[in-house]
Amino acid sequence: MTGLVATGLARPPMLQPTSLALRPGEVLGLIGPNGSGKTTLLRALASLSAGPGRVTLDDTDVRALPAPVRARRIAYLPAEREAGWPMRVRDVVALGLMPFGGTDDAAIDRALALADVVGFADRRIDHLSTGERARVLLARALVGRPDHLLLDEPTANLDAHHQLAILDALRGEAARGAGVLITLHDLALAERWCDRLLLLDGGRAIADGSPHDVLSESRLGEIFHVRRAESGWERC
Amino acid sequence: MTSRILNILLAVLATLLALASLLWAPGELVEVSKRAPDVARAILIELRLPRMILGLAIGAVLGLTGAALQGLLRNPLAAPDVLGSSTGAAFGAVLASYYLGIGGTLGLALGGMTGAVTALLLLLLLAGPAATTASLILAGVAISALASALTNLALSLAPSPFALYDVLFWLLGSLADRSLDHVLFALPPMIVGGWLALSTRRGIDALALGEEVASSLGQNVAAMRMKIVIGTGLAVGAAVAVAGAIGFIGLVVPHLVRPFVGHRPGAAMIPSALAGACLLTAADLFVRVPIAGQELKLGVVTAMLGCPFFLWLILRGRARAAS
Repeated sequence: MTGLVATGLARPPMLQPTSLALRPGEVLGLIGPNGSGKTTLLRALASLSAGPGRVTLDDTDVRALPAPVRARRIAYLPAEREAGWPMRVRDVVALGLMPFGGTDDAAIDRALALADVVGFADRRIDHLSTGERARVLLARALVGRPDHLLLDEPTANLDAHHQLAILDALRGEAARGAGVLITLHDLALAERWCDRLLLLDGGRAIADGSPHDVLSESRLGEIFHVRRAESGWERC
Repeated sequence: MTSRILNILLAVLATLLALASLLWAPGELVEVSKRAPDVARAILIELRLPRMILGLAIGAVLGLTGAALQGLLRNPLAAPDVLGSSTGAAFGAVLASYYLGIGGTLGLALGGMTGAVTALLLLLLLAGPAATTASLILAGVAISALASALTNLALSLAPSPFALYDVLFWLLGSLADRSLDHVLFALPPMIVGGWLALSTRRGIDALALGEEVASSLGQNVAAMRMKIVIGTGLAVGAAVAVAGAIGFIGLVVPHLVRPFVGHRPGAAMIPSALAGACLLTAADLFVRVPIAGQELKLGVVTAMLGCPFFLWLILRGRARAAS
């Protein structure tokens, strides 16, 4: 099967055996309450943790792929927005081209534009706000135009305008054929922007399907303890 | 300023300082060469040349490994002695001098190198095959504390006050009276160690974004970590073994260089090596000027240069926090 496919992926005690397929051209939303195993699943998919299960990329075991090849095809953005040194924004984004063994100014400019950080390309990353820094690090993940994007909370710390702009950019990535997997806490955004949702709870996949099917009233109440209201969500 | 221009400037400066080290007090040298050409040749080849080579090489490995360790740990306070090989070398030298009766600076160097390699092997053994950066540092701190305690114990049980005097002065760091034997002894581990650390310079930038991101960018973080740890252990162990403890260069030099290379840890490595070579050679020129009839010790001079810089770092940090 084409795309990124996980079979029986488990990292006890955080993640019980889980299978999923991220297909080219789709935006798959990973949702679930805190501690449901979303980040653990994302790290396992990115081959950043060892454990049971198998991940294949277009039918090839990812562990059999040379590290630079895997890095060119799968980009990973962790939830922690770390930048250990006060590097220039442009240099930080250029790190995403490391697996390609060179630099590409046009690709960097495109990624800066996608994340709306062109205006401070020459500033130091420690001189930016948390949200601006988050967009720079997202640009780093986008710069190599990978086949698959695994993004942990790409909209965290962003204002409403940039949440929508970034999700729009990710839809654009899917339109060019990339498989995009994002974890989201905002269920309204997940419902509106994702083609498909995978719902995790207690380290298990509870539901996998269209946003409408996955976010049923009963699941919203049972898993998230919320219900739809006029103004958005309310506790139940 | 691009890295290339910075490297050229520093290389030119290092060459000028090396020439100054070699041709120190040229008037006297010319006079000696007129009276006794063989003596002048001996001064140049057997005394000045080893001192110059060791000054450049030790300064370079201290600067390089300081930059590599700070990049690996993403910590501006990391210094080459954090892994315990410096204190291991000091303990080895004290043991060799006191209890094995191996005398002379070459004997101290042999003991020092044995101590440094033992400390490095102990570090790898303690941290285990799947060592994380944190476990390596913890093991390094433990070994360093143990070696310091044992050195102090050995010093306090010194069989002879003269031996104590010798070792204490050796520990303060010096390049005086080193021979080509010292160069031949220390240069191979410094070259191998320096090369190991330098081989990580392309990948180490990715570590700025954390170990997970570096791995996802195709970097072998575990291999990078071991190269830096083993390279630092070998190179710094050899440096301390022949020249004693020379502090602050590994800590300070990367800070001086980093703003000129856009704070990229990998790009800071070669200029840090060159700047380290410049700083140590300059400090070694400084110690040759007698103060109150005494030649200062190299470790004392580098510490006196490093401390004000540290104070400046603190003040700058405070000013930034306030703004």
